[in-house]
Amino acid sequence: MSFTVPQDLEARIDELVSRYPVKRSAVLMVLHALQEHFGWISQEAIEWTAKKLGLQPINVFELVTFYPMFRQQPAGRYQIKICRTLSCALAGSHELHKRICEKLGLDPTKHGPQTTKDGKFTVEFVECLASCHTAPVMMVNEQLYERVEQAKAFEVLSQCG
Amino acid sequence: MPSEYRLILKHVDQPGYTPDIECYLRHGGYEVLRKALALKPKPLPDGRVLSPQEQLRDEVMRSGLRGRGGAGFSCGLKWSLVDRKSRKPIYLICNADESEPGTFKDRQIIYKDPHQLLEGIIISCYANDVHLAYIYIRGEFVEGAKILERAIAEAKAHGFLGKNILGTGYDLEIYVHRGAGAYICGEETGLIESLEGKRPYPRIKPPYYPAVLGLYQCPTIVNNVETLCAVKHIIAMGGTEYAKLGTPNNTGTRIVSLSGHVKRPGYYEVEVGKVTLRDLIFDPVFGGGLRDGHTLKAIIPGGVSAKVFKAGERVKVPRRTPDGKETFAELDVLDLPYDFDTIAAAGSMSGSGAIIVLDDSADMVEVLANICEFFAHESCGQCTPCREGALWMCKILRRMINGGGRKIDADELLRIADNIAGGRTICAFGDACAWPVLSIVSKFKDEFIARATAAEARRGKQTVDSERGAQCAAEPVSAN
Repeated sequence: MSFTVPQDLEARIDELVSRYPVKRSAVLMVLHALQEHFGWISQEAIEWTAKKLGLQPINVFELVTFYPMFRQQPAGRYQIKICRTLSCALAGSHELHKRICEKLGLDPTKHGPQTTKDGKFTVEFVECLASCHTAPVMMVNEQLYERVEQAKAFEVLSQCG
Repeated sequence: MPSEYRLILKHVDQPGYTPDIECYLRHGGYEVLRKALALKPKPLPDGRVLSPQEQLRDEVMRSGLRGRGGAGFSCGLKWSLVDRKSRKPIYLICNADESEPGTFKDRQIIYKDPHQLLEGIIISCYANDVHLAYIYIRGEFVEGAKILERAIAEAKAHGFLGKNILGTGYDLEIYVHRGAGAYICGEETGLIESLEGKRPYPRIKPPYYPAVLGLYQCPTIVNNVETLCAVKHIIAMGGTEYAKLGTPNNTGTRIVSLSGHVKRPGYYEVEVGKVTLRDLIFDPVFGGGLRDGHTLKAIIPGGVSAKVFKAGERVKVPRRTPDGKETFAELDVLDLPYDFDTIAAAGSMSGSGAIIVLDDSADMVEVLANICEFFAHESCGQCTPCREGALWMCKILRRMINGGGRKIDADELLRIADNIAGGRTICAFGDACAWPVLSIVSKFKDEFIARATAAEARRGKQTVDSERGAQCAAEPVSAN
């Protein structure tokens, strides 16, 4: 399948690029826009971005590998990010991560994001999400959930259609 | 009685207060911007004329405002260092990367009162002849970025932003720029590299001081969200009045992020230096004390990069007597006023204003392992001591919590940390990852030794058992 960026998305990307005196500056914003649309950053997306911004593909690739939020493979429809940093850990985020992984049939000891076989959920243990007073916290896609007890987490999972 | 002093958070959390511009305008929003833009050149007795911009910058200098992001550098001084003779454009970047573990104050402003931030940015830009500004917001604040985009569109529609602001001929554009999950982007030169579309490798200083060689090698101001909001209040009340809040050299208010083992974790805006750590942790208007049945073990006073205080520790800090004389006092750490200078004099830092409280249920080996895991993950990898050292420390601690501890580990951790800290790296991340190790291992060494001793005894027993033919393998000890 060839890689095509729909016209409206390209128009939005062109607007993003116009916000910077130097085109290269737009690369993170362009990658965010592409990832939101395609779900991940493919080699084609890297090459497309490089061409758009007058860069070499390596200039884009080295960012995709550096910044944790960019994915080089498709993720589940629901991405669950559980905070593992200190305040959340003190409030039981390790146990929460383990329970969620077990519930979804994933390995809690494995490093990095993991996706369920049906492609519905991706679970990841991430660093501080800046909501330490409502620990433990997790994000499901763009939504933050606070004071997540196990029961609440399972309820949130069950509501994911 | 210690209490909150809500200046920046005045309206936040009030019933019915919403992030839209109509609500902000109903609460006197953008009046300070009008006041700033209406300033006229001011003739001085010596014949010089102070431009409106110089007057605004003078107010900020007079206010004594110190940066709320972490370093506590004077905002007025930072602005005064900007190279205004280069004839290059001057840029302003609002650092909304809020990623120091324990910190969640900027989130409150961005999500609940975005126009206050915009007003602060617009005034600061006008004061510094800036026509293009960026808000660098951490990638995880997806909703926050949308709220800011909406607020920018509203402000433009009302003429507070864009071309010819309020008919004064002043032009300013502000754009939201999203990060993508890297802690190092909070370091200002790393942030600038990131905004230029590169890996956020911090730049070496000198020569790359942002005030001279910042974004696109142009003079650049990087200020934290809370700092820029404070500017709005300084212009509203005047620098001298603002400086009456707080304590000398530690003026104004600041938002403390309190988390960990307290009954009432949350964000509390206080006058700087007017409340002590004891107030913040135990007073019913703040933390409300520890969980029932627990005692205090340690305090992380300024984000996980800060050196930890041990409960009961006594520290010598300079104090001023009522007649103004400088003297020294020995205080329990809980009695330290929460400001920039005293916490620094006590050997740590108030950093981003994030206090994490640990009670007796906390295992300090596990706590340090958690912190080191963070730093090993977030080191940008540019400088060898930090890239390698952060990971070595993390691996040793991982091994320790998995039962593979050795008695020499505590000293080994100290040795590695000592070889990272102290200006051996381009940016302060090196110190930041070493300080928790240096302080936690030296102040709680008994816990590290006890854990390692127990692990060694267990392994020794297993070795004897296996020599007797038992089917019991020793736990791996060579994880690093």
